[in-house]
Amino acid sequence: MAAQALPRLDRELLRRALPAVTLAVLLIAIFVKQPLAMSQFGLTLMLQYAVPIALATLAQMFVIAVNDLDLSIGSFVGLTTCIAGLYLPTMPLVGILLLLLCIAAYVAMGALIQLRNLPSIVVTLGMSFVWGGLAVLLLPTPGGKAAVWLHDLMNVKIPGVPFPIVAAIVIAAVVQIGLMHSSYGVVLRGTGGNPKAVARAGWSLLKTKMVMFGLAGTFGVLSGLSLIGLTSAADAHIADRYTLYSIAGVILGGGEFIGGRVSPVGAVLGAITLALAGSFLIFLRISPDWQIGAQGAILIIVLALRAVITRGSAR
Amino acid sequence: MTAALRRLGQAPWIWSFVGAAAVWLATIAFTRGQGAGEIVTAALSFACFTVIVGTGQMLVITTGPGNVDLSIPATITLCGTVAMKVMNEQDSLIALGILAAFAAGAVVGSLNYALIRFLRIPPIIATLSMSFLVQSSAIAYNRGLRIKPPSLLDAFTTGDTWGVPWIAVLTILFSVAVGIVVGRSYYGRAISAIGQNARAAWLANVPVERFRYLTYVASAMLAAICGILLAGFSGGPALDMGSEYLLGSIAVVVIGGTSVAGGRASVPGIWGAALFMFLLVTMLNTFGASAGIRLVATGLIIIAVIAIAGGERQSR
Repeated sequence: MAAQALPRLDRELLRRALPAVTLAVLLIAIFVKQPLAMSQFGLTLMLQYAVPIALATLAQMFVIAVNDLDLSIGSFVGLTTCIAGLYLPTMPLVGILLLLLCIAAYVAMGALIQLRNLPSIVVTLGMSFVWGGLAVLLLPTPGGKAAVWLHDLMNVKIPGVPFPIVAAIVIAAVVQIGLMHSSYGVVLRGTGGNPKAVARAGWSLLKTKMVMFGLAGTFGVLSGLSLIGLTSAADAHIADRYTLYSIAGVILGGGEFIGGRVSPVGAVLGAITLALAGSFLIFLRISPDWQIGAQGAILIIVLALRAVITRGSAR
Repeated sequence: MTAALRRLGQAPWIWSFVGAAAVWLATIAFTRGQGAGEIVTAALSFACFTVIVGTGQMLVITTGPGNVDLSIPATITLCGTVAMKVMNEQDSLIALGILAAFAAGAVVGSLNYALIRFLRIPPIIATLSMSFLVQSSAIAYNRGLRIKPPSLLDAFTTGDTWGVPWIAVLTILFSVAVGIVVGRSYYGRAISAIGQNARAAWLANVPVERFRYLTYVASAMLAAICGILLAGFSGGPALDMGSEYLLGSIAVVVIGGTSVAGGRASVPGIWGAALFMFLLVTMLNTFGASAGIRLVATGLIIIAVIAIAGGERQSR
């Protein structure tokens, strides 16, 4: 009833604010339940893995923005941690070259999908086997170690503010400006919104798709680097869950599957929400049996709220 | 004759069978004919599970872009567990166990649809969130116990006659029935119409929502059947028994020639693709490939197959 009385503009505003509101509610709930968590140390600890998850979520967002879906990002991040863990400390040049090759493979993946008009779900599904296999070949058992500079970077202490929050703000701001407020960003998103219009305006769809997949690969590499900076050891399966996290994060952050409608800030907020949800469930003392289920329930509740807010304006 | 051959050559699903045959020939060439029959028997058995869930996935994918059921693995695990627990290792309770698993499957399918329809959640996210809840239910219900299947079910799922597994015979009959339903019945034509253009189908008086609901329930029920058979075949349910069918169910549908954009289903292709996927892994095992190489080769071959078979022409 209240939602119906809202004018269209306010509804849109509410819809955009929803990712931030969700995160705020979750934070308040955590602090009420566990006041000790409200310290720089507590927040840094809880948000530790928010940075790699946010980077992987942004990688997924670039792909979703052009109407594709990347089911391989989790195993890709795992592979990059293996490369970084094996080569960056001892043979940095080889490591950097291999990581660049990984990004090139992503660009090629985008080109293949566009040129042959293939379903991205299947291509990325196949690639998830390839990344996982390469990672197992490189590093059959967990091992390797983080380069010193990576470890130092991920463990920077800024007085007064938890590092993950600063990192998340910087990352979100850079992508937001680049993708949402630049003229080429509009063309890139247009590839998802109205590919025919973009093509008729003289832009190459092949090129925009390759750029978006290249960005996804780049952010996947960054996610792997930040992850090994935190864990100090690499493992082929370390990031398997990131595929699902990243998709859920984009959607929680207000993104849509079709039409190039995405929000970088929202995606980062969605990723942080997912990273925090795990801590919250532990504080609630929910039986480990139901932890995965509770995450599913949180996802459903947020999306239900969004459905209530946007009801009416959608059609 | 040549016209028929040419038509066959143009059928999108023929390539999956060609691939399966090629991989099988490569394997027995390597072993000099040894174990050729045993490989076929094993492939037929394992393909059944993939074919059953792949059929459900195919129906869902046919109803249009974005429709996919990611809750299949969790549903397999839950229903396999429920069935074995209700059967309690007694032959007399098999029917009751099957009923319980079907009921669980129907509930999961209905909830999936409810999330998609009433909360307007995209199917990928709806079925994904649902799979978290279903997986948790399975964990809480099972508590890690391994319950053996009743001896009758065990004998049925592992039995064969002259190298042809009984479940393979039943699954082939099932596929024929699905082929007729998809190609000839009102339901089959309606879901293709919905997949091609849901609004046009609705204007043509097709009960779009009712058929979409039926499709999601069918997919979950088929996952339930797969769960029962798989639990019987592998000596009891396990918490990760469904995990390989997330990728498996989608891959066989697409390699088999069903359009990912919806609107065109291919039932025979699922069989070819399921056999191809199993034989591919067998071949790489026979060649003595390590786990890593096996994964890389599987991935590259899947991509090569669909890249060569070609995507959709953008004629529409």
